[in-house]
Amino acid sequence: MTVFVIRRLMQAAVVVFVMSIIVFFGVNVIGDPVYMLVSPDADQADIQAAIERLGLDRPIYEQYFRFLDGARQGDLGKSFIFGEPALQLILHHMPATLELAFTALFLAVFLGIPLGLYAGLFPDRAASKAVMAGSILGFSLPTFWVGLMLIMLFAVLLGWLPSTGRGDTVNVLGFETSLLTLDGLSHVMLPALNLALLKISLAIRLTRAGVREAMGQDYVKFARAKGISTRRIIGVHVMKNIMIPVVTVMGLEFGSLVAFSVVTESIFAWPGMGKLLIDAILQLDRPIVVAYLMIIVLFFVVINLIVDIIYSILDPRVRLQDKTS
Amino acid sequence: MTDVAANALSKADKPVIDTETPFQRFRSEFLESRIAMLALGVIFVIILLAVIAPLIVPQNPYDLAQVDVLDGRLAPGSEAFAGYTMWLGSDGAGRDLYSAILYGLRISLSVGVTSGVIALLLGMAIGLAAAYAGGRTESLIMRIVDLQLSFPAALVALMLIAILGKGIDKIILALVVAQWAYYARTVRSSALVERRKEYVEAAACLGISHARIIFRHILPNCMAPLIVVGTVQTAHAISLEATLSFLGVGLPQTSPSLGVLIANGFEYMMSGRYWISVYPGLALLITVVSINLVGDRLRDVLNPRRSTGQARQDK
Repeated sequence: MTVFVIRRLMQAAVVVFVMSIIVFFGVNVIGDPVYMLVSPDADQADIQAAIERLGLDRPIYEQYFRFLDGARQGDLGKSFIFGEPALQLILHHMPATLELAFTALFLAVFLGIPLGLYAGLFPDRAASKAVMAGSILGFSLPTFWVGLMLIMLFAVLLGWLPSTGRGDTVNVLGFETSLLTLDGLSHVMLPALNLALLKISLAIRLTRAGVREAMGQDYVKFARAKGISTRRIIGVHVMKNIMIPVVTVMGLEFGSLVAFSVVTESIFAWPGMGKLLIDAILQLDRPIVVAYLMIIVLFFVVINLIVDIIYSILDPRVRLQDKTS
Repeated sequence: MTDVAANALSKADKPVIDTETPFQRFRSEFLESRIAMLALGVIFVIILLAVIAPLIVPQNPYDLAQVDVLDGRLAPGSEAFAGYTMWLGSDGAGRDLYSAILYGLRISLSVGVTSGVIALLLGMAIGLAAAYAGGRTESLIMRIVDLQLSFPAALVALMLIAILGKGIDKIILALVVAQWAYYARTVRSSALVERRKEYVEAAACLGISHARIIFRHILPNCMAPLIVVGTVQTAHAISLEATLSFLGVGLPQTSPSLGVLIANGFEYMMSGRYWISVYPGLALLITVVSINLVGDRLRDVLNPRRSTGQARQDK
């Protein structure tokens, strides 16, 4: 087990290292490196001074080691627009994004699974067919378009929910959250629903497929023959078996929720790190772009690492297979 | 029960009455689904409209001589200054939306299809190379593929755009990089199956060159899953491009795809001028959903476990 974890950790470190090379060389070789390090409105003398000060006349590999050295100490450069360290800015915007992503995950689980259960138990009812058609649409509609429609319907035409910002927030343990005020909740509804839509569809499909498969199994027939109520068969026996894959996939999808929040945050002006990234790209605030990319890579690597380790605990075959390959 | 019996019977009968070519069988099976037929028809109409757009629209929306700012933000059905009716209204600059949408379709479709084709060719070559080479080369390639697939395609594209900047060539490059891994994985897995079959061994024994075995023997047998992935990925590419353009990091204003049109209308939406965003959005929607429906049907029909492959195994 320890060997497996160490191997996985080393692989993760290699991935982060390779991505740092790609991001660094991408921004510095393809893009103009000067504009990454001085603000776009600097004049010629400033640029020359900056080039010398920042060592841009040095060979590229030397610059890369400087970048690595900074990254090791948590220094990924300073934002041009805000004048603050980029890393700090991103960490500052992270709670808003995580809040949105968790709310979306919550919606996906508590809307998707019951709907999928219904569609799986009564596949021939009209409502089930409507649910399945809805999930197909949920898969193929672009997220940003659904967001626009939600704004148009609930904010412009009906005027029920606000469409921009985070609303009132409360400080809990040092983090601002809008989930504890009524105003904040009304603000989080639309973006969370928008972000969750794809995952709701996914949860519906997974649950439905799981239920349909489980209902034909011998243990269900046996339970029925024993005279156990349908409610108990579904609630206890079937649910227990289908929850494992559904929950695993939902957990895996958390990373993509954080990534997709870039779109949702931009539409709903949600002040998270996704919106920060888009603003940074538009304003050529490159240190923030580099810092965001490194953070999100780290995020994904950590999620994958955790999933791998949990898998290996649940299913020892994964570990053994890895050893032989 | 009777269904199963009937199924078995028809399967038993099949080799006797089976005189149609695989393509004919594929065509008739595909046509069984009305909705897929409809979607295919819609796709043809959309492509046709996009191709002949300059001939049928009342104005060239990007020719300044034909656009009148006084026509700006007209509601659907209003009459333009030049005399024709703007059935879908006009945008902030006075462009007829119907014309702008057809021109936008041209850009959206060509970006989606171009990036799809390049990604397909690239992924196909890499996937085939991996499957045929085996050993270390294969595990290295597949490691890279797996690594990339652990990130969502949208994120990969966004990363590249953040590094490369805006522009039509950069968007295509970003979409290609975001998608090649899906093709590589698909081709590699079906090529692996084909490689172990006797006909490949026989071809190798006959002294046929590697290139010929790969391209003339293995590749044609990997086409079915590739077509399915290609269809779905093209829809994905179109919607991804629209998303990036909507966010303002995709195509510039000078190549107004549907995503750019929707983004331009977003600011007017709050004041109730819904049509500037909604109609380009509907066009995008119809395109993407139609391609996905056709892709779904193709997957059902071409799935080797379901149709021909099953019959073969049952024998």
